[in-house]
Amino acid sequence: MENQLLKIRSTKDKLIETNEISQQLRKRLRLSETLIQTLLLIFGAVSILTTLGIVYELGKESWLFFGREEVSLVEFLTTTTWQPVAGKFGVLPLINATLMTSFFAMLVSLPLGLSAAIYLSEYASARARSLLKPILEILAGIPTVVYGYFALTFMTPLLRSIFGSDTVQIYNTLSAGLVMGIMILPLVSSMSEDALNAVPNSLREAAYSLGATRLETAIKVVVPAALSGIVAAFILGVSRAVGETMIVAIAAGSGPAFTLNPFRAAETMTGYIARISGGDLAYDTPDYNSIFAIGLLLFLVTLVLNMISRRIAARFREVYE
Amino acid sequence: MRFSLVDSSNKGKTTNLARRHQIGKIWHAIFFLSTATGLLALVTLLLSIINQSFGLMAVDYKVDPSTLSARPLEQLSNSELIDILKSNVSKIRLRTLEREKPLDQRTTDELLELVNTQIVGQKIIYTWKLHESIFRRAEIEAEIARDYPNARLEFRAWLNWQFLKNTMSSQAQFAGIRTALLGSLNLILYTILFALPIGIGAAIYLEEYARKDLWYNRIIQTNIDNLAGVPSIVYGILGLAIFVRALQPLTSGALFGTPAENGRTILSAGLTMALLVLPIIIINAQEAIRAVPDTIRQASYGLGATKWQTIWSHVLPYALPGILTGNILAISRAIGETAPLILVGASTFITSDPNGPFSHFTALPIQIYNWTTRPQEQFRNIAAAAIIVLMTTLLMINALAILLRNRYSKKI
Repeated sequence: MENQLLKIRSTKDKLIETNEISQQLRKRLRLSETLIQTLLLIFGAVSILTTLGIVYELGKESWLFFGREEVSLVEFLTTTTWQPVAGKFGVLPLINATLMTSFFAMLVSLPLGLSAAIYLSEYASARARSLLKPILEILAGIPTVVYGYFALTFMTPLLRSIFGSDTVQIYNTLSAGLVMGIMILPLVSSMSEDALNAVPNSLREAAYSLGATRLETAIKVVVPAALSGIVAAFILGVSRAVGETMIVAIAAGSGPAFTLNPFRAAETMTGYIARISGGDLAYDTPDYNSIFAIGLLLFLVTLVLNMISRRIAARFREVYE
Repeated sequence: MRFSLVDSSNKGKTTNLARRHQIGKIWHAIFFLSTATGLLALVTLLLSIINQSFGLMAVDYKVDPSTLSARPLEQLSNSELIDILKSNVSKIRLRTLEREKPLDQRTTDELLELVNTQIVGQKIIYTWKLHESIFRRAEIEAEIARDYPNARLEFRAWLNWQFLKNTMSSQAQFAGIRTALLGSLNLILYTILFALPIGIGAAIYLEEYARKDLWYNRIIQTNIDNLAGVPSIVYGILGLAIFVRALQPLTSGALFGTPAENGRTILSAGLTMALLVLPIIIINAQEAIRAVPDTIRQASYGLGATKWQTIWSHVLPYALPGILTGNILAISRAIGETAPLILVGASTFITSDPNGPFSHFTALPIQIYNWTTRPQEQFRNIAAAAIIVLMTTLLMINALAILLRNRYSKKI
């Protein structure tokens, strides 16, 4: 009996002993490690705070803007006069000008960018590509205010000498749009080129073996296979054009105008924000609130465009990986 | 243009082949020309800016500087300049100037400006671009001799030492970018100070710690990707609402006892820029960290290192060249950004150097914007000169990025 009791006690001791050993082997909770991880998580959360800040501030001030007696949401979205002094807040002229400059920008950057991408990916030798691509990408690194200067001092005089200085105003949407197209060109071309490069070579080889020429392979096989990537590049380009500020602030003119004439001055959404906030803007005036309402519109449009672009690009990646 | 890959009607025929190859050649040329158009645009842009920053100008003087002194005014000493001022400016005016700041306490540059504005009265009538100045010189000379017999024609490099050294002036020929350049550099300093640790920290968290299956980690990642596409002017609006207005006690320095009158300070602008470049820095740093092979981490764990020890002494040194390059590119974007600065209230006319985070400021791109939008031709000229300074700065920063990357890559 006593013997048995001893036996039990010794096994119990042994158990405790092994337990201690396994506790030693277990991962210890280190305070400094946990602290560092928490700190890094907080750093990651700063981006969330930024988004919340944007949404909260834009939302709050827009709410105040539409809460004013002279402003109504329906009139804001449907009428065609923007004259804060006269109490007229119709955002359509600003949207119209933004659409026009973006349209001209895409008119330049889509065909040129796509052609350049096809050339770099399907035609150029490795050496030519390693030379041409970085040079094209310099265009993407030039500050936008420099493009604005270029539009006003080079593109506008050029347009005026072609179409006559009577038809082309000093500030016009066409000049701003064309130069914006040059700015977006490297974005479209490098994203499209990535998409074209991701198309597996087996597809090209199959086309060649069926007797297709290089052009036919590129246009009928490679481009369709990479179409979603190209569309994603295009949409991202549009989003960039809509949000671009300095070129239109300098070259497209100040003062909202509802016009479809590309040779006339018209202020875009971003141009309006830049002009209004240029001086010492007094808080809680209709002007102050209005930049938030237009900013909210801008934020939502570019956000939706970016999300669509990424969704499309993600689908295209799934196909070939 | 119609062609098909497999056309049954074409069997055995080769007549179509020549045509197909010809079309192929035409499109080859079109694709090449499109690429070349991009390059052409770049060259045109650079040339048009150089073209604007040098050239002839026609100037009118109230008093010809050569009658004041035998040597050029720029070479005179302080006492000689004071003598000129004393002998040419009325007693009353001189007394006012003395009251503002005694003459013998002023610097050479200040005295020179006084001589220029008070006596010489230089007035620019017209400026020409470089190509006009070279190819139409005779015409220009005839035109000036006919219309402005008193005016003198001078060749002017708008980008010169004086331009780098001078502060703002309401006259283009005396204006410089000293305060703007210092403003930009100060601003970037605060941007780096905030964006760098937070950006790299967030990237480390997302790549090394975050479990991809947790909802909040996915939200952080998606959110960062979306923030990278938000237009810069929206960040400006955010900066105006948060840093300039809501946090005014902090950003104006009121909490620290050195208040500026409002929150439109270098600190506000630096913080706004930090938020703007943060997503870019995070995404670039993530890519660099992701490129570090897993074997490095496993070897470190195998030797008993903790997670942080592994990251700090093994992952980060490998990822550093990539992180640095990405960071420097993000910083160079911040230097060229203009729109957010307009929103957070960069002033355009500042004559004193920025001192500390709570001073009002101007920046290089803001000056370019301001000068470009002025109607007088000579302001376009100095805007072009400022653009050359801005682009040279960017070029040097990017060269630094490449140098650093090469150096650190060799070490590992």
